[in-house]
Parts: sequence; structure tokens; C-alpha cells
Amino acid sequence: MSEARPWRTRPELPFLLFLSSALMAYLGLLVAMVAANVVSVSMADLAEVLEDPAILHSIRLTFLTCTATAILSVLIAVPIGYLMSRFRFPGRALVDTVLDIPILLPPLIVGLSLLILFNRMTPSALFLILGGLMCVCCVVWLFSGKIKPVGLFGIFIGIAVILLWAGLAGMARMGSIESFFSEKLGLPFTFQPLGVILAQLPVAAAFAIRTVRTTFDQINPRYEAVALTLGCNRGQAFSRVALPLAGRGILAAGTLAWARALGEFGPVLVFAGATRGRTEVLSTSVFLEINTGNLAGAAAISLLMIFLAVATLMAVRFFTQRSLHS
Amino acid sequence: MLSIRQLHVRAGDFRLENLSLEIARGECVALMGSSGSGKTTLMEAVCGLRQAESGGIFLDGREITGLAPGARRIGYLPQDIALFPSVTVAEQIGFGPGLHGWKVSEKRDRVEELAEALGVSKLLGRKPQGLSGGEARRVALGRALALRPSLLCLDEALTGLDEELHAEILSVIRKMIARENVTVLHITHSSAEAGAIADRVLRMEDLIRAPSALAGNC
Repeated sequence: MSEARPWRTRPELPFLLFLSSALMAYLGLLVAMVAANVVSVSMADLAEVLEDPAILHSIRLTFLTCTATAILSVLIAVPIGYLMSRFRFPGRALVDTVLDIPILLPPLIVGLSLLILFNRMTPSALFLILGGLMCVCCVVWLFSGKIKPVGLFGIFIGIAVILLWAGLAGMARMGSIESFFSEKLGLPFTFQPLGVILAQLPVAAAFAIRTVRTTFDQINPRYEAVALTLGCNRGQAFSRVALPLAGRGILAAGTLAWARALGEFGPVLVFAGATRGRTEVLSTSVFLEINTGNLAGAAAISLLMIFLAVATLMAVRFFTQRSLHS
Repeated sequence: MLSIRQLHVRAGDFRLENLSLEIARGECVALMGSSGSGKTTLMEAVCGLRQAESGGIFLDGREITGLAPGARRIGYLPQDIALFPSVTVAEQIGFGPGLHGWKVSEKRDRVEELAEALGVSKLLGRKPQGLSGGEARRVALGRALALRPSLLCLDEALTGLDEELHAEILSVIRKMIARENVTVLHITHSSAEAGAIADRVLRMEDLIRAPSALAGNC
């Protein structure tokens, strides 16, 4: 029998050093950024900022618009997140990619696209585009060979036809989408406070959809399957079984959407503008303070935003961890 | 009785083809087969959780192939039990009767009757987090039987239990099958379990290969 050779052991230190160096370098940068902000702001700067009526208006508008955006994002994210988590349909991969576009697009382009959509396009053109898109979906659906449920397919075609008809019927009428909303409905968007919400919505909703979808992915679909055998329809299985289980995940999605809306700058600046006392929110306040040479004021507002972001992040972590544990 | 005739089911890339099966009323059939042979796919098709491409499923002479899962009169107990996490034991068992518009007193009586038969009367106010593995299975069995189904589908419902608990739950299931006079389709990997509970044992592979030879053959 040959003599057993000694086993070689290799040192762990270099790898652990590599991991901790990467962490320390990045963490160091983040902490240094926050620290630079903190040391450059005096209590007097903070007090001055908090006494400025324009900044106070900006804080109020920020809270209002972020909250409205977060609520709208959740209302959009829950059905879309559930649909993407539970259903397989033709073109699903394409839809998935489109849903992520607001996250990948440069923020300025989101604002510019909104500006063009509202001020260059007519409602009838929008109807024609939506109707055409639904027709393409119907054709893909038809060629997939699975026209089930038939009723839903019929409703889909019906809506597509109505949209196309509305688009064609309104072609003679001129006027932008913006003028339709402001003149017919009394809801102006471009360079108005409502526009802030619309500018914040695409990116905030995209993040909310991702969070809600992950939440539903983590819920065992067997719960809904059992509920179906006990007499629920799909809607009841969703509302009575899946939705209560997703509660904390949905709260996390809302909080994340709120935080995203808080930091939104490019789309807000392009679509809603940065008019003092009108469409100014905290992110645009920083921009305006820098433009007027008030670096201390900009740093004080930044500090306020950092505090809000950290608080939001902690809330998201609380909700998501509790959601996973439950 | 349950009658499956030339059933074709698709689950992604997997296909079950030309599958036939007959189970007499009140009979308990254990369905065995290797992993990936399509036992769960078949059970999901029977329960209405997966659409059949062609063929027919009949329960007590009524075709149920195109019916919604909740209209089939089938009780379903999956492998992972799937008790609703935020709902008490009483609400779990009363979930089905509540959905089907039973009177409050009828529902309460049925919940109490099943809870007593299953030995979970003292647990009615508890949520699933506070239940042991055996208790959870008893409750899930009660939930599946609450609507007095014609067919009870058990999908590896005893997997993962230790020997003692396995024997205990097996005897509870046997007792409840006799008490409720229900037809049973039971998927298992254990031939000992199949022998202990079933009137007849079928293998999935045989079911697909030679469907006509199966009826009343075990």
C-alpha cells in the first residue's frame, strides 16, 4: 500500500482581502459622498432653506406628487405584476422587455417623449396607434393557435376596432393631447404640477412592477390552485388568496416607487419644468439653487433628500424582509 | 365513478397522450410512476387546473372536461398541502362551503363535524404557522372534503412525514375515505403506502402504453 501523501491547503486570505477591498472601496465612496454633504451644511443653512417659502412649497409638492405617483404605480403594478408572474401568453418576453424600458432609457428621453406625446400628437393618432397595437396582438394571438379564452379574444378585437374607429373618426379634428386634456377636461399637464406626477410615473411604475412581480413569483401558485378547486374563479383566487399574501410586497413596491419619484429629475425638468412656487420639487430645487450659485442651499436640500431616501430604503427592507419571512 | 378517455394533455414541452383510466365509485386507486412520468400533470388535468387538448374526463356520468375546477366536485390535496397562510383552521375548512353559499349554520356544522372526525377540534382558531406537519395534513384533508366531493385527489400528500406520523395520517385518510364514501385517486412513490391505502394500484407507464387493459385489472 502506498504511503498517503499530505493534502495541500491553500491560504484563504487573498480572496477574503479581495472581497473586503471591493466592499470597502465602494462603501467608502458612498459614505464620503454623504459625509461631504453633511460637513458642508451648517444648521444655519438648513434653517434658511426650511424658512424659504419656495422651498417649503417644493417640499409640499414633492410629498404630494411622490405619494400620488406611488399610489398610481401600485395600481398599475399589481395587475401587471400578477399577470406577468402567473400567465404565459404569446409575446410575453417582448412585453417583459417593454416594461423595463423606462428603467433603461436616459431620464431626459422619458421627459422628452412625454413632451412630444402630449404636444405633437393628436388624440386620434394615439387611438390609431393603440388600436393598431391591439390588432397586432390579436394577429399574434391568432397565429399562436391558442385562442382561449375565446370571450377575452373577442373583447380584445372589439376594443381594437373601437380604438381604430375613434382614431379615424377624429382625424379631421386637430389639436394636441395636451389641448384635449386642458381644454376639454380642465387637466393641463405640460409645465403644470400634474405633469410632475406623469413625469415621475414611468420609472417609478417600472420599479413597482418588478417588485410586485417578484413578490407574486415567491408566492406558491398552489394556493390559488387549491382555491380554484374549492370554487373560486381566477379573480377570487387573486383577491382572496394571492393579494393578502402579497400585502407587504405591495407596500414595499409603493415605498420604492415613492423613493424613485423623489429622485426623479430629468423627466420632471423637461416635461413639467422647474418654475419656482409652481412645478418645483426637491430634485429641481437642488438644480435651481446650483443655478443661482447657492451651493450651501443646494447641499442643505440634498441632505434632506438623503435623509428621506435612507428612511425609505429602511422601510422597503423592513417590508420585504417581513414579506419573505411570512 | 371517474372515467378518463383518450386524454391528451400538454404541460410545456411535456405531453401526456392517449391516456385512459376507469375508477369505480367509492374505489381508492393508487397511481405510481417514476418522476416526470406525468402523474401530477394528469391529476391537474382531472382537477381542471390544466386544460386537456383532447379526450374526455367523466365523473359520475357527467362530463367535466371543460368545467371550471370549482364546478367539478373534486377535492384536491397537493403535495405541499398549501394551507392558506393568513387563515384560521376553521376558515380553511369552511372556505369551500362559504364560496358555494352554504348557510352559516350549515357551514359551521360541517366544519365542526369534520374537525371532530379529523381530531383538530381544538385547533379551529389557530393559523397554519402554529400547526405540526400531521395537523396541517388533517386540516388540508378537511378542507378538501368539506364540500362532500365525488372524487378526492391526493398528490403525494404523505411525502416527507416520518414513519410514525405517516402511519397515523394514513389511518386518518383511510377512516375519512370510508366515512365520506368518496372515490380516491392517490399519487404516491411508495408501494407500501399504495398497498396500505388502495383497492387497486396502477402504474403511470402502463396507463399510457396499454389503456384498454387497465380497467379492473389489479
